[in-house]
Amino acid sequence: MNERITIALAGNPNSGKTTVFNSLTGARQHVGNYPGVTVEKKEGTCRHQGREIHVVDLPGTYSLTAYSLDELVARNFVIDEKPDVVVDVVDASNLERNLYLTIQFIELGVPVVVALNMSDVANAEGKDIDAELLSQLIGVPVVPTVGTKGEGMQALLDTVVRVVERHERPRVSPALGHELEEHIREVTDALVAGGVPDDLRPRWVAIKLLEDDSEVHELVQQHSANGAQLDELVLTARRHIEQVVGDDAEIALADRRYGFIAGACREAVSLGQRQRLDWSDAIDSIVANRVLGIPIFLGFMWALFELVFRLGAPPMEWIEAAFTWLGAQVAIILPEGGLQSLVVDGIIGGVGGVLVFLPQILLLFLGIAFLEDTGYMARAAFVVDRVMHAIGLHGKSAIPLLIGFGCSVPAVMATRTLESRRDRLTTMFIVPLMSCSARLPVYVLFAGAFFAPAVAGKVILSLYVLGAAVAILLAKVFRKYLLRGPVTPFVMELPPYRMPTVKGVLIHMWERGWLYVKKAGTIILAASIVMWFLLSYPPPPASVADLPENQQAAATLAHSYAGRIGRLVEPVIRPLGFDWKVGIGLVAGFAAKEIVVATFATVYSLGETDEHSVDLRDALQRDPQFSPLVAYALMVFVLLYVPCMATVAVIKRETNSWGWALFVILYTCVVAWVGAFLVSQGGRLLGLA
Amino acid sequence: MPPAAFPLVMAAPRQTLQCVAILAGRGVWRHLAAMGLVPGAAITVLNSRGPGGPLMIRIGDTRLALGWGMAQKVMVRPLPR
Repeated sequence: MNERITIALAGNPNSGKTTVFNSLTGARQHVGNYPGVTVEKKEGTCRHQGREIHVVDLPGTYSLTAYSLDELVARNFVIDEKPDVVVDVVDASNLERNLYLTIQFIELGVPVVVALNMSDVANAEGKDIDAELLSQLIGVPVVPTVGTKGEGMQALLDTVVRVVERHERPRVSPALGHELEEHIREVTDALVAGGVPDDLRPRWVAIKLLEDDSEVHELVQQHSANGAQLDELVLTARRHIEQVVGDDAEIALADRRYGFIAGACREAVSLGQRQRLDWSDAIDSIVANRVLGIPIFLGFMWALFELVFRLGAPPMEWIEAAFTWLGAQVAIILPEGGLQSLVVDGIIGGVGGVLVFLPQILLLFLGIAFLEDTGYMARAAFVVDRVMHAIGLHGKSAIPLLIGFGCSVPAVMATRTLESRRDRLTTMFIVPLMSCSARLPVYVLFAGAFFAPAVAGKVILSLYVLGAAVAILLAKVFRKYLLRGPVTPFVMELPPYRMPTVKGVLIHMWERGWLYVKKAGTIILAASIVMWFLLSYPPPPASVADLPENQQAAATLAHSYAGRIGRLVEPVIRPLGFDWKVGIGLVAGFAAKEIVVATFATVYSLGETDEHSVDLRDALQRDPQFSPLVAYALMVFVLLYVPCMATVAVIKRETNSWGWALFVILYTCVVAWVGAFLVSQGGRLLGLA
Repeated sequence: MPPAAFPLVMAAPRQTLQCVAILAGRGVWRHLAAMGLVPGAAITVLNSRGPGGPLMIRIGDTRLALGWGMAQKVMVRPLPR
């Protein structure tokens, strides 16, 4: 009796599906992946009437065709996993369009409960929806809900349990007009005669065949005994429909579905007095304005980065101090030696290295969640679309690229919103060229050491601009030679502006922030242990102990594996003006770009040093290999060369391919080498050395 | 005879038109249909960013951004009275 119930939560993007999911499951949720694809699968549980209810949040979709990966995942889940009930979250303020998906679930014949969500918004717009009548007309239960306030959740769960207990199915099948129905029946009969199993729902299969759905066609050919005959029948039916109705069968079907919906809405929805002023239109006339659009967009971005860097700085210092303290405590407990060094420098230093960035990452995600939940992010994509077109991408790619100035890891994850794989890969490949915050300490150190204070700021700015310029150039190259294909059509819904809820924004922020800590954290931790090993082993020969104290560290380093790697790469970077010591720093930077500064400090045999240290600057200035030109070449190299390990790992995860991850490593190294070579040798030719 | 159809990009802002055809491949066509853009639908142009830029349109209660290339393939005509 009290078996577990599985609900699949479906609905259009922006229908408030996530708020319903959060209201139903509270904190009892977890994020995974659908098998074989990188689409996130959110699941949660709740209890109702003594039953355990398992809720699976399907990706937001507009239909059950297979246009994007998200749609395919949603459709396959409903068909293959056979959830007990599909709860279709419908935006009451945009009823007709949202019911288009509902109709497709009804055609599929699965148990459906409609959550008429945001009924408060619809009411405020003067729309009065008779849920009871609507339910009769479309033949499935309709429950009004307000996901943001948790209203209607008990009623929704009551209905779900009732539907499961009484095995309720959709009571009516939407009439699609007698010309079409005739052919649907004909094909359905042929399917049944051909032995298509009943759980494939012959009527739905017939409709999909008339719509020329290739996935369903393939499925039928596998199961049916009269495949060829069926093809013939479908073809004749399609031709006949085209003659009688004057439209392609698929157009005719879409038309009839909207006709059915419009009929139901005419009866069940009464419009109050004329709608009040539409706020969204009013805001759009300013925010998406032809002249003001771009300046307003840049203003928001500036505000976002101010927020991240100003508010993020103090907690970063606290975390840093906490880890330093922890390291000191452990150093007291553990005896000096390999183990102490591993725990203090490797593990605590490594975990600290990740968590230090957490405040900035969380603030960045907070700002982005706010911009998304209000509806502005979609406008940003609209505003920059034309600019992005120039490099073969469209507006949606701008969002991940902007996040890239903060950190490449969440930026790569943000490319998930792009439907086309070509767009997604191109965007992912150029994300690392957006100068992330971890590269800033390197610029501060070298610009401060080799350029006058008045120019140093401009030197740093030039690197950000250079990164963006190289990204534009490479995006064009990738689109032209590597990821060729037509520019994907830019179609995106612009949701009405809404006041985000604190809970919603915080959940949004935390989900992404936690992924960062979990995925990137494990990788940086492992990488810093590896770096620690390379820098500490093999132990230096005993003769080092005879050297003056300030040279011992440098000698140890020269003897270590890292030092040997530095010498190994020296011939390659020699033409750029760099020696083996720079090589060590660059190799270490693969773990995380911030490590470059710390490594230089060790190389130049100084103790604890940060980028503001006068000692390290002096030491660099005294090194004869460096000149302002070589320093600039080095900064260019750090800007362009291989993204950190965490980014590479995320690219591997998101593309599901080591090949693409290796490609990013290789191309960035080549580009960085060429860039630094041009600066270094070009500058020399111009007499700048 | 009904008035001649023209591409949506030629529409003036704030004008309401009727969609007569979408000259796109099957996949894109289905996607647009699911978002409410089907032949017969009434489209209002809300905003545009000039030649080459996207258009902001309204269909019923739905607000969509359509790229320039896409909007060239959406054929419309003045709304019949």
